[in-house]
Amino acid sequence: MLITISQLIIGSVDLIAAFLLMFGLWRMASPVTAPSGILVAGVGMLAAVAASFLYVFTVDAAAKPHLPLNIGLAAAALLIGAGIAWWSGRKVAITAMPQAVALFNGMGGGAAGAIAAVELFGSQTHGATQLIVTLLGALIGSISLSGSIIAWAKLDALLKKPLHMPGLQIFNGVVLLLCVLVGGYIVFAAAGGAAPLVSTSHLIEIFFAIALVYGILMTLPIGGADMPVVISVYNAFTGLAVGLEGYVLQNPALMIAGMLVGAAGLLLTLLMAKAMNRSVAKILFASFGPGKKRKQGAIKGSLKPVQASDAGIFMRYAKSVIIVPGYGLAVSQGQGKLYDFVKLLQAAGVSVKFAIHPVAGRMPGQMDVLLAEAGVPYDLIVQLSDVNEEFKDADVALVIGANDVVNPEARTDKTSPIYGMPILNADQAKKCYVVKRGDGKGYAGIVNPLFYADNTFMVYGDAAAVCVSMTEAVRGLGAPAAAA
Amino acid sequence: MSFQISIGGFIAVYIFMVTAFAGWVIIGRVPAILHTPLMSGSNFVHGIVVVGGIFTLLNASTPLEQAIGFVAVLLGAGNVAGGFAVTQRMLAMFQTSGHQAKHPKHAKRAAPAAVKSISSKKA
Repeated sequence: MLITISQLIIGSVDLIAAFLLMFGLWRMASPVTAPSGILVAGVGMLAAVAASFLYVFTVDAAAKPHLPLNIGLAAAALLIGAGIAWWSGRKVAITAMPQAVALFNGMGGGAAGAIAAVELFGSQTHGATQLIVTLLGALIGSISLSGSIIAWAKLDALLKKPLHMPGLQIFNGVVLLLCVLVGGYIVFAAAGGAAPLVSTSHLIEIFFAIALVYGILMTLPIGGADMPVVISVYNAFTGLAVGLEGYVLQNPALMIAGMLVGAAGLLLTLLMAKAMNRSVAKILFASFGPGKKRKQGAIKGSLKPVQASDAGIFMRYAKSVIIVPGYGLAVSQGQGKLYDFVKLLQAAGVSVKFAIHPVAGRMPGQMDVLLAEAGVPYDLIVQLSDVNEEFKDADVALVIGANDVVNPEARTDKTSPIYGMPILNADQAKKCYVVKRGDGKGYAGIVNPLFYADNTFMVYGDAAAVCVSMTEAVRGLGAPAAAA
Repeated sequence: MSFQISIGGFIAVYIFMVTAFAGWVIIGRVPAILHTPLMSGSNFVHGIVVVGGIFTLLNASTPLEQAIGFVAVLLGAGNVAGGFAVTQRMLAMFQTSGHQAKHPKHAKRAAPAAVKSISSKKA
């Protein structure tokens, strides 16, 4: 009786939870409804977790004697894991969000992998189908765990250089193949095939070890600017692994939530890849190699440095300014200072917009979050396709901490590694100011002809410091600016 | 009467197919400006794996299973709580021109800690 009631409650609560999770994501379609969306999803999650403790009434005979300890362990793990993550999630800086998301995503993959491990070690799977699905979930979850940790380390600048080695991709392919073979052998042995050369539990250990190593190897060669795609891929991986383990555990809520995220991650991945005009396979399996040396055509013109104060004052008397923020702005934490400057311009009657390239930053939409943090209203923020026509009518394009996303070479030079990538047409504005720390190249390692164009002027310095000098210069003019 | 849920192979494939379509449609509506919170939000959603972890841990009968189950719940709980905290913070920052005054308190406190976390200078 108790078992039946528990199953009924768990089933109903999970059903409601699955609905609320989907509905929560549905509400993410607009910045107005999105904050309530995550709350809705949170309520669903809380209910599902609370209901899952009713499983104590359904455990099988073998686990009965361990039940008190298991309940204690579950409660402890829940409190410790949630406590630490909640605390760090609250504390992490906005600029460090991409690595935080990568880390939490890896945890989900690890959890799915661990569930699979328990099923495998305990031989709790029934039939070949379940075993194969469990192994597949284990593989994907493990790759997501170790891959996300490497992605986190890269985003946190603990790992600086992408690893390039001749034949690395072939080696990775062999490793993956090996993993699949070991998995296949586990299935073969379980189906009563040949006597295993090593015991099944050793095979499972080897399987997990190879899967984890593959995740590391797969992520190491991928560089900074491709990180948005990588995070997106691993998000999809974790979702998929969760969905597959949901099938093994016969839990439809896990299946639905997992697959939902899997589809979401896939779509976002494709969007990112499209924005860079590169295929997902190319990003994951063929990074910009240093070996691909090519002669860049001679660039006409020269770099023309100007003072930040002059640039600021010029913009004060312009009619329209479009700002192109990039990762450099995030690095220098200049978003708040930039918005201070923008508010001065607006007070002086200048029309200001922020133009966001889809792959600016280290995560899809990172610039949007960065500007939102500074308090920039989202109706000032426009995306590439909506703003690109406006550059030719703009008096000033202010490129701040961005490089490859405004490189006109992408339009014209077929030999350029970024050829075909849609770019922001900053070069078409009447005047272009580029705020940069030095003459360095962008992530793609190519010289940007925009910087040498006749109407481009370089403002050297840290983005935050430059914004402060520009603000001071405009404030120094007095009059309408004081209204801000 | 039994409420034991049992999903056979083909039913599972049907569930996966319909959900994948639903996910594609739901996510396709989201504007680019919300892609980071969306990714973080979907990251939170797959945190439901913690429910599977709890189920597994409660049914554990050997020390090895208990240990791995503990790790599963620990990681899953981290996924849920961290994913929610980060997403909620991000979404709280989005505002229109009409709501300038309501600025979240996190903005101020986030700034100093951030400098060391990203040290690869690239301008």
